[in-house]
Amino acid sequence: MTLLSLADVGMRFGSFTALDGITLDVPAGQFVCLVGASGSGKSTLLSLIAGLTRPTNGAVAINGAPVIGPGPDRGLVFQSGAIYPFRNVERNVGFGLELLPLSRAERKRRVDWYLAETGLTALRSKLPRQLSGGQRQRVAIARALACEPAVLLLDEPFGALDVQTKEDMQVFIRRVWRDTGTTVLMVTHDVEEAVFLGERVVVLACDPGRVATDIVVDLPKDRDLAVKRLPEFLALRAQVEDQVRAFHHGTAQL
Amino acid sequence: MSSAAVDTVPARPFAEPLPRRKPVRTARVWALRTPIPRGWRIALMACSVLVPLVAWVAVSAAGVVQEQFLPSPQEVWAAGLEMAKSGQLFDDTWASVRRILIGFGLAIVVSVPLGLVMGSFSAGQALFEPAVGLLRYLPASAFIPLLTIWLGIGEPSKWMLLFIGTVFFNTLMTADVVRQVPRALVDVSYTLGARRGEVLRKVVVPHALPGMIDCVRVNAAAAWNFVVVAELINSEEGLGYRIARSQRFLASDRIFAVLVVIAVLGLAFDILLRVLRDRVGRWVA
Repeated sequence: MTLLSLADVGMRFGSFTALDGITLDVPAGQFVCLVGASGSGKSTLLSLIAGLTRPTNGAVAINGAPVIGPGPDRGLVFQSGAIYPFRNVERNVGFGLELLPLSRAERKRRVDWYLAETGLTALRSKLPRQLSGGQRQRVAIARALACEPAVLLLDEPFGALDVQTKEDMQVFIRRVWRDTGTTVLMVTHDVEEAVFLGERVVVLACDPGRVATDIVVDLPKDRDLAVKRLPEFLALRAQVEDQVRAFHHGTAQL
Repeated sequence: MSSAAVDTVPARPFAEPLPRRKPVRTARVWALRTPIPRGWRIALMACSVLVPLVAWVAVSAAGVVQEQFLPSPQEVWAAGLEMAKSGQLFDDTWASVRRILIGFGLAIVVSVPLGLVMGSFSAGQALFEPAVGLLRYLPASAFIPLLTIWLGIGEPSKWMLLFIGTVFFNTLMTADVVRQVPRALVDVSYTLGARRGEVLRKVVVPHALPGMIDCVRVNAAAAWNFVVVAELINSEEGLGYRIARSQRFLASDRIFAVLVVIAVLGLAFDILLRVLRDRVGRWVA
Protein backbone atom coordinates (compact mmCIF):
# COMPACT_ATOMS: atom_id res chain seq x y z
CA MET A 1 0.00 0.00 0.00
CA THR A 2 1.54 3.28 -1.11
CA LEU A 3 1.49 5.95 1.55
CA LEU A 4 3.56 8.69 -0.02
CA SER A 5 3.91 9.16 -3.73
CA LEU A 6 5.91 11.67 -5.70
CA ALA A 7 5.13 11.86 -9.40
CA ASP A 8 7.63 13.64 -11.65
CA VAL A 9 8.31 16.26 -8.99
CA GLY A 10 10.49 19.17 -10.09
CA MET A 11 11.56 22.35 -8.34
CA ARG A 12 13.08 25.36 -10.04
CA PHE A 13 14.29 28.56 -8.39
CA GLY A 14 14.51 31.01 -11.27
CA SER A 15 16.87 29.45 -13.81
CA PHE A 16 18.30 27.01 -11.25
CA THR A 17 16.81 23.52 -11.24
CA ALA A 18 17.04 22.03 -7.74
CA LEU A 19 15.01 18.89 -8.39
CA ASP A 20 14.04 17.27 -11.64
CA GLY A 21 11.63 14.44 -12.37
CA ILE A 22 11.60 12.81 -8.94
CA THR A 23 9.29 9.82 -8.89
CA LEU A 24 9.17 7.87 -5.66
CA ASP A 25 6.64 5.66 -3.89
CA VAL A 26 6.94 4.91 -0.20
CA PRO A 27 4.76 2.14 1.25
CA ALA A 28 3.28 2.59 4.72
CA GLY A 29 5.59 1.62 7.54
CA GLN A 30 8.82 1.73 5.56
CA PHE A 31 12.03 3.36 6.77
CA VAL A 32 13.57 5.14 3.79
CA CYS A 33 16.83 7.07 3.81
CA LEU A 34 17.63 9.70 1.20
CA VAL A 35 21.32 10.28 0.69
CA GLY A 36 23.22 12.52 -1.65
CA ALA A 37 26.03 15.05 -1.62
CA SER A 38 25.22 18.63 -0.73
CA GLY A 39 23.43 20.34 -3.56
CA SER A 40 21.36 17.30 -4.46
CA GLY A 41 18.19 19.00 -3.17
CA LYS A 42 17.57 16.56 -0.31
CA SER A 43 16.22 19.20 2.06
CA THR A 44 14.21 20.85 -0.70
CA LEU A 45 12.54 17.52 -1.38
CA LEU A 46 11.62 17.10 2.29
CA SER A 47 10.21 20.61 2.46
CA LEU A 48 8.07 19.83 -0.62
CA ILE A 49 6.69 16.71 1.05
CA ALA A 50 6.06 18.66 4.25
CA GLY A 51 4.11 21.15 2.14
CA LEU A 52 6.19 24.14 3.23
CA THR A 53 7.00 24.83 -0.42
CA ARG A 54 5.11 23.90 -3.58
CA PRO A 55 6.80 22.04 -6.44
CA THR A 56 7.04 23.88 -9.77
CA ASN A 57 6.32 20.60 -11.50
CA GLY A 58 4.63 17.29 -10.69
CA ALA A 59 2.66 16.36 -7.60
CA VAL A 60 3.10 15.03 -4.09
CA ALA A 61 0.33 12.88 -2.63
CA ILE A 62 -0.18 11.32 0.75
CA ASN A 63 -2.66 8.44 0.96
CA GLY A 64 -3.77 9.45 -2.52
CA ALA A 65 -4.66 13.02 -1.52
CA PRO A 66 -2.54 15.83 -3.02
CA VAL A 67 -0.41 17.81 -0.58
CA ILE A 68 -1.53 21.44 -0.59
CA GLY A 69 0.19 22.69 2.56
CA PRO A 70 1.87 21.66 5.78
CA GLY A 71 -0.04 19.46 8.23
CA PRO A 72 0.41 17.21 11.23
CA ASP A 73 0.13 14.08 9.07
CA ARG A 74 3.70 14.83 7.94
CA GLY A 75 5.81 15.52 11.01
CA LEU A 76 9.06 17.34 10.26
CA VAL A 77 12.23 17.34 12.34
CA PHE A 78 14.93 19.85 11.42
CA GLN A 79 18.66 19.44 11.93
CA SER A 80 18.47 22.38 14.36
CA GLY A 81 15.52 20.71 16.10
CA ALA A 82 13.61 24.00 16.06
CA ILE A 83 12.10 23.33 19.46
CA TYR A 84 10.37 26.24 21.18
CA PRO A 85 12.95 27.82 23.51
CA PHE A 86 10.22 29.38 25.67
CA ARG A 87 8.39 26.11 26.35
CA ASN A 88 9.66 23.37 28.62
CA VAL A 89 10.07 19.83 27.34
CA GLU A 90 6.55 18.62 28.06
CA ARG A 91 4.91 21.73 26.64
CA ASN A 92 7.04 21.36 23.52
CA VAL A 93 5.87 17.79 23.09
CA GLY A 94 2.26 18.80 23.73
CA PHE A 95 2.21 21.71 21.25
CA GLY A 96 0.40 19.91 18.46
CA LEU A 97 -2.08 18.34 20.91
CA GLU A 98 -3.00 21.75 22.37
CA LEU A 99 -4.46 22.64 18.98
CA LEU A 100 -6.83 19.69 19.00
CA PRO A 101 -10.07 19.21 20.93
CA LEU A 102 -8.59 16.90 23.56
CA SER A 103 -9.27 16.94 27.28
CA ARG A 104 -6.42 17.95 29.53
CA ALA A 105 -6.21 14.42 30.94
CA GLU A 106 -6.11 12.85 27.48
CA ARG A 107 -3.41 15.26 26.38
CA LYS A 108 -1.33 14.49 29.44
CA ARG A 109 -1.72 10.75 28.92
CA ARG A 110 -0.39 11.05 25.41
CA VAL A 111 2.43 13.44 26.28
CA ASP A 112 3.46 11.13 29.13
CA TRP A 113 3.70 8.16 26.78
CA TYR A 114 5.85 10.00 24.22
CA LEU A 115 8.07 11.39 26.97
CA ALA A 116 8.60 7.87 28.26
CA GLU A 117 9.17 6.46 24.78
CA THR A 118 11.83 9.07 24.04
CA GLY A 119 13.44 8.85 27.48
CA LEU A 120 12.54 12.41 28.43
CA THR A 121 10.31 11.83 31.46
CA ALA A 122 12.94 13.02 33.93
CA LEU A 123 13.55 16.16 31.87
CA ARG A 124 9.90 17.08 31.38
CA SER A 125 10.04 20.46 33.10
CA LYS A 126 13.46 21.51 31.77
CA LEU A 127 13.83 24.41 29.35
CA PRO A 128 15.52 23.75 25.98
CA ARG A 129 18.57 25.79 26.95
CA GLN A 130 19.25 23.27 29.73
CA LEU A 131 19.31 20.32 27.30
CA SER A 132 22.12 18.74 25.29
CA GLY A 133 21.98 18.50 21.51
CA GLY A 134 20.79 14.87 21.56
CA GLN A 135 18.09 15.63 24.12
CA ARG A 136 16.80 18.51 22.00
CA GLN A 137 16.48 16.22 18.99
CA ARG A 138 14.54 13.74 21.14
CA VAL A 139 12.15 16.55 22.06
CA ALA A 140 11.73 17.49 18.39
CA ILE A 141 11.06 13.87 17.46
CA ALA A 142 8.63 13.33 20.35
CA ARG A 143 6.79 16.54 19.44
CA ALA A 144 6.35 15.39 15.83
CA LEU A 145 5.35 11.83 16.88
CA ALA A 146 2.73 13.06 19.35
CA CYS A 147 0.69 14.29 16.37
CA GLU A 148 0.69 10.70 15.06
CA PRO A 149 2.02 11.57 11.62
CA ALA A 150 1.46 9.20 8.70
CA VAL A 151 5.09 9.87 7.82
CA LEU A 152 7.91 11.25 9.92
CA LEU A 153 10.25 13.46 7.87
CA LEU A 154 13.72 13.78 9.34
CA ASP A 155 16.05 16.40 7.84
CA GLU A 156 19.59 15.44 8.89
CA PRO A 157 18.39 15.22 12.49
CA PHE A 158 21.69 13.90 13.87
CA GLY A 159 24.00 15.91 11.64
CA ALA A 160 25.14 18.26 14.41
CA LEU A 161 25.70 15.60 17.07
CA ASP A 162 28.97 14.01 18.16
CA VAL A 163 29.60 10.44 16.97
CA GLN A 164 28.68 8.65 20.23
CA THR A 165 25.44 10.61 20.67
CA LYS A 166 24.68 10.07 17.02
CA GLU A 167 24.92 6.29 17.35
CA ASP A 168 22.73 6.36 20.45
CA MET A 169 20.18 8.36 18.50
CA GLN A 170 20.33 5.92 15.59
CA VAL A 171 19.49 3.01 17.88
CA PHE A 172 16.82 5.21 19.46
CA ILE A 173 15.10 6.17 16.21
CA ARG A 174 15.02 2.53 15.04
CA ARG A 175 13.32 1.56 18.29
CA VAL A 176 10.82 4.40 17.99
CA TRP A 177 10.08 3.37 14.42
CA ARG A 178 9.50 -0.24 15.54
CA ASP A 179 7.32 0.80 18.51
CA THR A 180 5.13 3.31 16.68
CA GLY A 181 4.98 1.67 13.26
CA THR A 182 5.25 5.05 11.61
CA THR A 183 6.69 5.56 8.15
CA VAL A 184 10.03 7.35 8.20
CA LEU A 185 11.69 9.33 5.44
CA MET A 186 15.09 10.52 6.55
CA VAL A 187 17.52 12.77 4.74
CA THR A 188 21.19 12.38 5.60
CA HIS A 189 24.59 12.79 4.00
CA ASP A 190 26.04 10.06 6.22
CA VAL A 191 26.01 6.86 4.16
CA GLU A 192 26.76 4.60 7.13
CA GLU A 193 23.79 6.07 8.97
CA ALA A 194 21.55 5.61 5.93
CA VAL A 195 22.49 1.94 5.49
CA PHE A 196 22.19 1.22 9.20
CA LEU A 197 18.78 2.83 9.57
CA GLY A 198 17.01 2.33 6.27
CA GLU A 199 15.19 -0.62 4.82
CA ARG A 200 15.78 1.20 1.59
CA VAL A 201 18.32 3.83 0.56
CA VAL A 202 17.57 6.27 -2.23
CA VAL A 203 20.63 8.01 -3.68
CA LEU A 204 20.06 11.44 -5.16
CA ALA A 205 22.24 12.81 -7.95
CA CYS A 206 23.32 16.45 -8.09
CA ASP A 207 22.70 19.23 -10.60
CA PRO A 208 19.83 18.79 -10.91
CA GLY A 209 18.65 16.65 -7.99
CA ARG A 210 17.14 13.42 -9.29
CA VAL A 211 16.90 9.80 -8.18
CA ALA A 212 20.15 8.04 -9.07
CA THR A 213 19.58 4.63 -7.51
CA ASP A 214 17.13 2.98 -5.19
CA ILE A 215 18.76 0.25 -3.07
CA VAL A 216 17.03 -2.29 -0.86
CA VAL A 217 18.94 -2.84 2.39
CA ASP A 218 18.93 -6.57 2.96
CA LEU A 219 19.93 -6.62 6.61
CA PRO A 220 18.12 -8.16 9.59
CA LYS A 221 15.08 -6.21 10.78
CA ASP A 222 16.39 -6.10 14.34
CA ARG A 223 19.71 -4.33 14.15
CA ASP A 224 22.09 -3.16 16.79
CA LEU A 225 25.33 -1.27 16.33
CA ALA A 226 27.21 -4.58 15.81
CA VAL A 227 25.57 -4.79 12.38
CA LYS A 228 27.91 -2.03 11.27
CA ARG A 229 30.79 -4.53 11.41
CA LEU A 230 29.16 -7.25 9.29
CA PRO A 231 30.68 -7.82 5.84
CA GLU A 232 27.22 -7.45 4.22
CA PHE A 233 26.87 -4.07 5.86
CA LEU A 234 30.30 -2.93 4.76
CA ALA A 235 29.69 -4.10 1.20
CA LEU A 236 26.38 -2.29 1.04
CA ARG A 237 27.89 0.83 2.53
CA ALA A 238 30.68 0.79 -0.05
CA GLN A 239 28.15 0.32 -2.83
CA VAL A 240 26.11 3.33 -1.70
CA GLU A 241 29.22 5.44 -1.15
CA ASP A 242 30.35 4.73 -4.71
CA GLN A 243 26.95 5.77 -5.98
CA VAL A 244 26.97 9.02 -4.01
CA ARG A 245 30.47 9.82 -5.26
CA ALA A 246 29.62 8.90 -8.84
CA PHE A 247 26.69 11.25 -8.89
CA HIS A 248 28.36 14.08 -7.03
CA HIS A 249 28.61 16.94 -9.54
CA GLY A 250 32.37 17.49 -9.02
CA THR A 251 33.19 13.96 -10.09
CA ALA A 252 30.22 13.04 -12.28
CA GLN A 253 32.04 14.12 -15.45
CA LEU A 254 35.14 12.00 -14.77
CA MET B 1 41.77 13.46 -7.75
CA SER B 2 42.62 15.52 -4.68
CA SER B 3 45.97 13.77 -4.14
CA ALA B 4 46.97 14.56 -7.72
CA ALA B 5 46.21 18.23 -7.07
CA VAL B 6 48.42 18.23 -3.99
CA ASP B 7 51.33 16.69 -5.92
CA THR B 8 51.44 19.50 -8.45
CA VAL B 9 51.96 22.29 -5.88
CA PRO B 10 55.61 23.48 -5.98
CA ALA B 11 57.80 23.47 -2.86
CA ARG B 12 57.50 26.47 -0.55
CA PRO B 13 59.56 29.27 -2.11
CA PHE B 14 60.14 30.94 1.30
CA ALA B 15 62.71 29.46 3.64
CA GLU B 16 62.89 31.84 6.62
CA PRO B 17 60.61 30.98 9.53
CA LEU B 18 57.71 33.37 10.11
CA PRO B 19 58.71 36.09 12.63
CA ARG B 20 56.97 35.60 16.00
CA ARG B 21 55.55 38.39 18.13
CA LYS B 22 56.53 38.52 21.79
CA PRO B 23 53.84 36.81 23.88
CA VAL B 24 51.88 39.15 26.14
CA ARG B 25 50.05 38.46 29.36
CA THR B 26 46.23 38.69 29.16
CA ALA B 27 44.85 41.78 30.86
CA ARG B 28 43.14 41.12 34.19
CA VAL B 29 40.58 43.87 34.40
CA TRP B 30 40.52 45.45 30.93
CA ALA B 31 40.39 42.19 28.95
CA LEU B 32 38.00 42.26 25.99
CA ARG B 33 34.60 40.73 26.73
CA THR B 34 35.72 38.91 29.85
CA PRO B 35 34.09 38.95 33.30
CA ILE B 36 36.14 40.69 35.99
CA PRO B 37 36.62 39.73 39.66
CA ARG B 38 33.65 40.60 41.84
CA GLY B 39 35.58 43.04 44.02
CA TRP B 40 36.74 44.99 41.00
CA ARG B 41 33.26 45.15 39.59
CA ILE B 42 31.74 46.51 42.81
CA ALA B 43 34.57 49.02 43.22
CA LEU B 44 34.21 50.30 39.66
CA MET B 45 30.43 50.54 40.00
CA ALA B 46 30.84 52.55 43.19
CA CYS B 47 33.34 54.86 41.46
CA SER B 48 30.87 55.45 38.65
CA VAL B 49 28.47 57.15 41.08
CA LEU B 50 30.79 58.37 43.84
CA VAL B 51 33.40 60.18 41.74
CA PRO B 52 30.97 62.69 40.15
CA LEU B 53 29.19 63.08 43.49
CA VAL B 54 32.41 63.79 45.38
CA ALA B 55 33.51 66.18 42.64
CA TRP B 56 30.23 68.03 43.01
CA VAL B 57 30.59 68.28 46.79
CA ALA B 58 34.23 69.38 46.50
CA VAL B 59 33.59 72.05 43.85
CA SER B 60 30.65 73.58 45.71
CA ALA B 61 32.47 73.43 49.07
CA ALA B 62 35.52 75.13 47.58
CA GLY B 63 33.26 77.99 46.51
CA VAL B 64 34.92 78.39 43.11
CA VAL B 65 31.56 78.41 41.30
CA GLN B 66 28.70 80.75 42.14
CA GLU B 67 25.75 79.13 43.89
CA GLN B 68 23.38 80.26 41.14
CA PHE B 69 25.27 78.09 38.68
CA LEU B 70 26.09 75.13 40.84
CA PRO B 71 24.22 74.77 44.14
CA SER B 72 25.71 72.55 46.80
CA PRO B 73 24.20 69.11 47.46
CA GLN B 74 22.88 70.37 50.83
CA GLU B 75 21.02 73.22 49.12
CA VAL B 76 19.55 70.87 46.53
CA TRP B 77 18.41 68.51 49.28
CA ALA B 78 16.87 71.41 51.21
CA ALA B 79 15.11 72.75 48.11
CA GLY B 80 13.80 69.29 47.31
CA LEU B 81 12.59 68.76 50.85
CA GLU B 82 10.81 72.10 50.86
CA MET B 83 9.05 71.34 47.57
CA ALA B 84 8.13 67.90 48.86
CA LYS B 85 6.68 69.30 52.11
CA SER B 86 4.44 71.74 50.30
CA GLY B 87 3.08 68.89 48.20
CA GLN B 88 4.20 70.69 45.07
CA LEU B 89 6.78 68.10 44.14
CA PHE B 90 4.26 65.29 44.39
CA ASP B 91 1.71 67.16 42.27
CA ASP B 92 4.30 67.95 39.61
CA THR B 93 5.59 64.41 39.56
CA TRP B 94 2.11 62.95 39.26
CA ALA B 95 1.22 65.38 36.45
CA SER B 96 4.30 64.31 34.45
CA VAL B 97 3.88 60.60 35.19
CA ARG B 98 0.22 60.79 34.19
CA ARG B 99 1.13 62.37 30.86
CA ILE B 100 3.67 59.61 30.24
CA LEU B 101 1.22 56.87 31.19
CA ILE B 102 -1.34 58.25 28.74
CA GLY B 103 0.87 59.43 25.87
CA PHE B 104 3.50 56.70 25.95
CA GLY B 105 0.87 54.11 26.90
CA LEU B 106 -1.08 55.02 23.78
CA ALA B 107 2.11 54.74 21.74
CA ILE B 108 2.68 51.22 23.09
CA VAL B 109 -0.90 50.19 22.40
CA VAL B 110 -0.50 51.28 18.77
CA SER B 111 3.12 50.35 18.10
CA VAL B 112 3.16 46.79 19.44
CA PRO B 113 0.41 45.41 17.16
CA LEU B 114 1.72 47.49 14.26
CA GLY B 115 5.26 46.23 14.80
CA LEU B 116 3.94 42.68 15.06
CA VAL B 117 2.20 43.02 11.69
CA MET B 118 5.26 44.66 10.11
CA GLY B 119 7.62 42.03 11.47
CA SER B 120 5.43 39.02 10.70
CA PHE B 121 4.08 39.75 7.25
CA SER B 122 6.03 40.91 4.20
CA ALA B 123 2.82 42.58 3.09
CA GLY B 124 2.64 44.42 6.41
CA GLN B 125 6.21 45.55 6.05
CA ALA B 126 5.62 46.78 2.50
CA LEU B 127 2.47 48.59 3.60
CA PHE B 128 3.73 50.35 6.73
CA GLU B 129 7.50 50.51 6.70
CA PRO B 130 7.93 53.30 4.12
CA ALA B 131 5.50 55.59 5.96
CA VAL B 132 6.74 54.79 9.46
CA GLY B 133 10.37 54.98 8.36
CA LEU B 134 9.76 58.45 6.94
CA LEU B 135 7.71 59.79 9.86
CA ARG B 136 10.40 58.65 12.27
CA TYR B 137 12.75 61.26 10.84
CA LEU B 138 10.40 64.16 11.55
CA PRO B 139 11.50 65.69 14.88
CA ALA B 140 8.58 65.40 17.28
CA SER B 141 9.37 68.79 18.78
CA ALA B 142 8.69 70.36 15.39
CA PHE B 143 5.08 69.28 15.81
CA ILE B 144 4.54 71.39 18.94
CA PRO B 145 3.22 74.47 17.10
CA LEU B 146 0.96 72.33 14.91
CA LEU B 147 -0.30 70.34 17.87
CA THR B 148 -1.10 73.58 19.68
CA ILE B 149 -3.10 74.78 16.67
CA TRP B 150 -4.91 71.44 16.32
CA LEU B 151 -5.49 70.51 19.94
CA GLY B 152 -5.02 73.73 21.92
CA ILE B 153 -2.64 74.16 24.83
CA GLY B 154 -4.31 71.62 27.11
CA GLU B 155 -3.44 68.05 27.94
CA PRO B 156 -4.25 66.38 24.59
CA SER B 157 -1.47 68.25 22.75
CA LYS B 158 1.06 67.01 25.33
CA TRP B 159 -0.17 63.42 25.05
CA MET B 160 0.11 63.68 21.28
CA LEU B 161 3.67 65.01 21.45
CA LEU B 162 4.67 62.04 23.59
CA PHE B 163 2.81 59.74 21.24
CA ILE B 164 4.45 61.11 18.09
CA GLY B 165 7.86 61.13 19.72
CA THR B 166 7.82 57.46 20.69
CA VAL B 167 5.36 55.55 18.50
CA PHE B 168 7.45 55.30 15.33
CA PHE B 169 10.65 54.19 17.03
CA ASN B 170 8.83 51.63 19.12
CA THR B 171 7.05 50.29 16.03
CA LEU B 172 10.25 49.80 14.05
CA MET B 173 12.13 48.30 16.98
CA THR B 174 9.26 45.92 17.76
CA ALA B 175 9.15 44.86 14.10
CA ASP B 176 12.88 44.10 14.26
CA VAL B 177 12.43 41.94 17.33
CA VAL B 178 9.56 40.06 15.68
CA ARG B 179 11.66 39.50 12.56
CA GLN B 180 14.25 37.71 14.70
CA VAL B 181 11.85 34.85 15.44
CA PRO B 182 13.56 31.93 13.63
CA ARG B 183 11.81 30.92 10.43
CA ALA B 184 12.22 27.24 11.39
CA LEU B 185 10.01 27.76 14.48
CA VAL B 186 7.24 29.14 12.28
CA ASP B 187 7.61 26.36 9.70
CA VAL B 188 7.66 23.60 12.28
CA SER B 189 4.51 25.00 13.90
CA TYR B 190 2.66 24.69 10.62
CA THR B 191 3.77 21.06 10.31
CA LEU B 192 2.37 20.46 13.81
CA GLY B 193 -1.01 21.62 12.60
CA ALA B 194 -1.06 25.24 13.78
CA ARG B 195 -2.96 27.83 11.77
CA ARG B 196 -1.62 31.31 11.04
CA GLY B 197 -3.27 32.98 14.01
CA GLU B 198 -2.11 30.22 16.35
CA VAL B 199 1.47 30.56 15.11
CA LEU B 200 1.33 34.30 15.84
CA ARG B 201 -0.21 33.83 19.29
CA LYS B 202 1.63 30.74 20.47
CA VAL B 203 5.03 31.13 18.79
CA VAL B 204 5.80 34.61 17.45
CA VAL B 205 4.48 36.65 20.39
CA PRO B 206 6.01 34.53 23.19
CA HIS B 207 9.34 34.45 21.39
CA ALA B 208 9.37 38.23 20.80
CA LEU B 209 7.93 39.30 24.16
CA PRO B 210 11.19 39.83 26.11
CA GLY B 211 12.59 41.85 23.20
CA MET B 212 9.38 43.91 23.01
CA ILE B 213 9.74 44.82 26.68
CA ASP B 214 13.31 45.90 26.00
CA CYS B 215 12.05 48.21 23.24
CA VAL B 216 9.65 49.82 25.71
CA ARG B 217 12.51 50.24 28.17
CA VAL B 218 14.65 52.06 25.62
CA ASN B 219 11.83 54.30 24.46
CA ALA B 220 10.72 55.15 28.00
CA ALA B 221 13.78 57.41 28.15
CA ALA B 222 12.52 59.24 25.07
CA ALA B 223 9.11 59.56 26.72
CA TRP B 224 10.69 61.40 29.68
CA ASN B 225 12.51 63.61 27.23
CA PHE B 226 9.31 64.63 25.47
CA VAL B 227 7.21 65.15 28.59
CA VAL B 228 9.75 67.70 29.85
CA VAL B 229 9.89 69.40 26.44
CA ALA B 230 6.08 69.63 26.37
CA GLU B 231 5.95 71.09 29.85
CA LEU B 232 8.74 73.59 29.23
CA ILE B 233 6.69 75.18 26.46
CA ASN B 234 3.39 75.75 28.19
CA SER B 235 1.98 74.12 31.21
CA GLU B 236 0.67 74.79 34.71
CA GLU B 237 2.23 71.84 36.45
CA GLY B 238 4.67 69.03 35.88
CA LEU B 239 8.37 68.51 36.44
CA GLY B 240 9.31 70.27 33.19
CA TYR B 241 7.13 73.24 34.16
CA ARG B 242 8.84 73.37 37.57
CA ILE B 243 12.23 73.55 35.85
CA ALA B 244 11.11 76.37 33.55
CA ARG B 245 9.55 78.28 36.47
CA SER B 246 12.62 77.85 38.71
CA GLN B 247 14.76 79.26 35.95
CA ARG B 248 12.84 82.53 36.11
CA PHE B 249 13.84 82.90 39.78
CA LEU B 250 17.40 81.69 39.15
CA ALA B 251 16.58 78.87 41.60
CA SER B 252 19.06 76.38 40.24
CA ASP B 253 18.87 74.40 43.49
CA ARG B 254 15.26 73.61 42.65
CA ILE B 255 16.17 72.70 39.06
CA PHE B 256 18.73 70.27 40.39
CA ALA B 257 16.22 68.78 42.80
CA VAL B 258 13.75 68.18 39.95
CA LEU B 259 16.49 66.60 37.82
CA VAL B 260 17.30 64.21 40.64
CA VAL B 261 13.62 63.24 40.89
CA ILE B 262 13.47 62.59 37.13
CA ALA B 263 16.61 60.46 37.27
CA VAL B 264 15.30 58.39 40.19
CA LEU B 265 11.89 57.89 38.55
CA GLY B 266 13.46 56.92 35.23
CA LEU B 267 15.73 54.43 36.93
CA ALA B 268 12.87 52.95 38.95
CA PHE B 269 10.80 52.48 35.78
CA ASP B 270 13.74 50.89 34.03
CA ILE B 271 14.38 48.44 36.87
CA LEU B 272 10.69 47.56 36.97
CA LEU B 273 10.68 46.74 33.26
CA ARG B 274 13.92 44.82 33.55
CA VAL B 275 12.49 42.66 36.32
CA LEU B 276 9.42 42.04 34.16
CA ARG B 277 11.60 41.20 31.14
CA ASP B 278 13.68 38.75 33.17
CA ARG B 279 10.55 37.06 34.51
CA VAL B 280 8.95 36.75 31.08
CA GLY B 281 12.25 35.81 29.42
CA ARG B 282 13.50 33.21 31.85
CA TRP B 283 13.96 30.89 28.88
CA VAL B 284 16.51 33.20 27.21
CA ALA B 285 20.00 31.77 27.72
